[in-house]
Amino acid sequence: MIDLGISLARVAFVMGFVLNLGGLLTWVERKQSAVMQDRVGANRASILGLRVLGLFHPLADAVKMLVKEDFIPARADRALFLAAPVVSVFFALSAFASIPFGPIVHLGGREVSLQAVTLNAGILYVFAMLSMGVYGVVLAGWASANSYALLGGQRAAALMISAEIAIGASVLGVCMVHGSLDLQQIAIGQGAYWGGLVPKWGLFSQPLGLVLFLTAGIASTKRAPFDFPEGESEIIGYNVEYSGMKFGMFLMADFLETVVVAGMTTALFLGGWQVPWLFADGFHLPGGLGLAMPRPLVVALQVLAFVTKVVVMCWFLMLVRWTLPRFRYDQAMRLGWLGLLPLAVLNILLTGGVMLLWGGGSAP
Amino acid sequence: MTAPGAARLRVKAVRSYAPAPRRQHFYLVEILIGLGVTAGHFFRNLGRWLAGRKGAVTYQWPEERRPLAPRLRSLHRLVRRDDGSPRCVACMMCETVCPAHCIYIVAGEHPNPDIEKYPVRFDIDVGKCVMCGYCVEACPEDAIRMDTGILEFSAYTRQGLVYPKEVLLALEPAGPDGLPTSAPPRALVERGFETRGRR
Repeated sequence: MIDLGISLARVAFVMGFVLNLGGLLTWVERKQSAVMQDRVGANRASILGLRVLGLFHPLADAVKMLVKEDFIPARADRALFLAAPVVSVFFALSAFASIPFGPIVHLGGREVSLQAVTLNAGILYVFAMLSMGVYGVVLAGWASANSYALLGGQRAAALMISAEIAIGASVLGVCMVHGSLDLQQIAIGQGAYWGGLVPKWGLFSQPLGLVLFLTAGIASTKRAPFDFPEGESEIIGYNVEYSGMKFGMFLMADFLETVVVAGMTTALFLGGWQVPWLFADGFHLPGGLGLAMPRPLVVALQVLAFVTKVVVMCWFLMLVRWTLPRFRYDQAMRLGWLGLLPLAVLNILLTGGVMLLWGGGSAP
Repeated sequence: MTAPGAARLRVKAVRSYAPAPRRQHFYLVEILIGLGVTAGHFFRNLGRWLAGRKGAVTYQWPEERRPLAPRLRSLHRLVRRDDGSPRCVACMMCETVCPAHCIYIVAGEHPNPDIEKYPVRFDIDVGKCVMCGYCVEACPEDAIRMDTGILEFSAYTRQGLVYPKEVLLALEPAGPDGLPTSAPPRALVERGFETRGRR
């Protein structure tokens, strides 16, 4: 009974975090792009004259989407047409499950790992879910009975495949360094230090891997600069025939995938929930200074650190999205197959070579 | 072929494109520079906003209005005499000079023999007006001016944009910042004015 409660609480935390952050990202997207471009951004939605920096716009959006006409083309495959957005959102949501948001804590004699689902192959799970997300898009393209939508779905599939392979290859280096596919073990492993000074985050041990992972990760979210599957401004994408909340769900899936990519980057390359020089019993700074802290405070700090890192990564992904122009289809293919994949393989070879020279799984 | 001593035409090859800097061959470096530019804008504007200043170049119209230049030509008004009657003597100069034919005047005899005429009707169809200001230039009495600062006049019908004498007389000149001091006329159809088209 208590086990069930703990499991439910973990799932509830992750669900609440991902869904709320995903919803908030619609506001962040508007507002951040506005601030970047010297504009004001959406600020007119008000409740009782209260505007709160336009924070009600996501609510207004949701209301608008829900009351819009929900149109299904006459020749569309009804069942698949309805299933496609659900599939998209479901896999984007479930991908976050194995990303740890905090350390392993002891609650009344139980060992509780702070992640929604404890998996010893967490990385594989996340990538499996991210790859399944493309089914929603391809289904949408096919079930719409619209050639343009079909072509959009096909572009999305091609992009996903070229991106996912590069993603998988780019994180192999991290797995090699920490000798595990378990995201919690990788996060714990990143709590080690070189010479007691530099934290052994993936950022420092796998800089090339980070760049490759981020590039391929942005591609797998199907957002600009890799938004040619959708191409909302000129070429038509897989969601032409969708309207109302079904369209909103595709939109939401993109934002959720952004959160997942931010979470994965945090877990693999930014030390997960680790705070530099914060150990289980408090701070131990390199100079010998220390600050003892009670265990709950340490855990709270670490969860906060994880949330902060994810939010900062989301900000960065938004920055990229509003800075870079779109890749052409062939450019993205070339980048994926001729750029990212060979470099990722090179990264694996380099990591292996360094580990062989320095010996053991301890360090590159 | 060429005579000795003749000037020879020299054509200098012009390189049309400057060579790209070396760093542009590395895609990632340029990307990072670009991200730096946009992030710079982001943090600069955020800092300005946190300091209570405006980060954006936006004017939040209609709550916030740009100051207008004092010589800007805006909606016309008819200048009043001390007793409130129009200064206009119905000489038809403005109606004659108007390139858009948007002024319509009906003259009547003024009771004062020194004034001779006054406008019984003075309509301006601002839907036709091209804001050229010739009427102001042509007026010998300085009876019409375009200094109200009012730029937002609208109506649901074309007739609503025909402003009669009463409306034009009621307008005030703009303030020192060029912004209007009187409210823009509401659509006249709503207010029940008799207008030219309804005669």
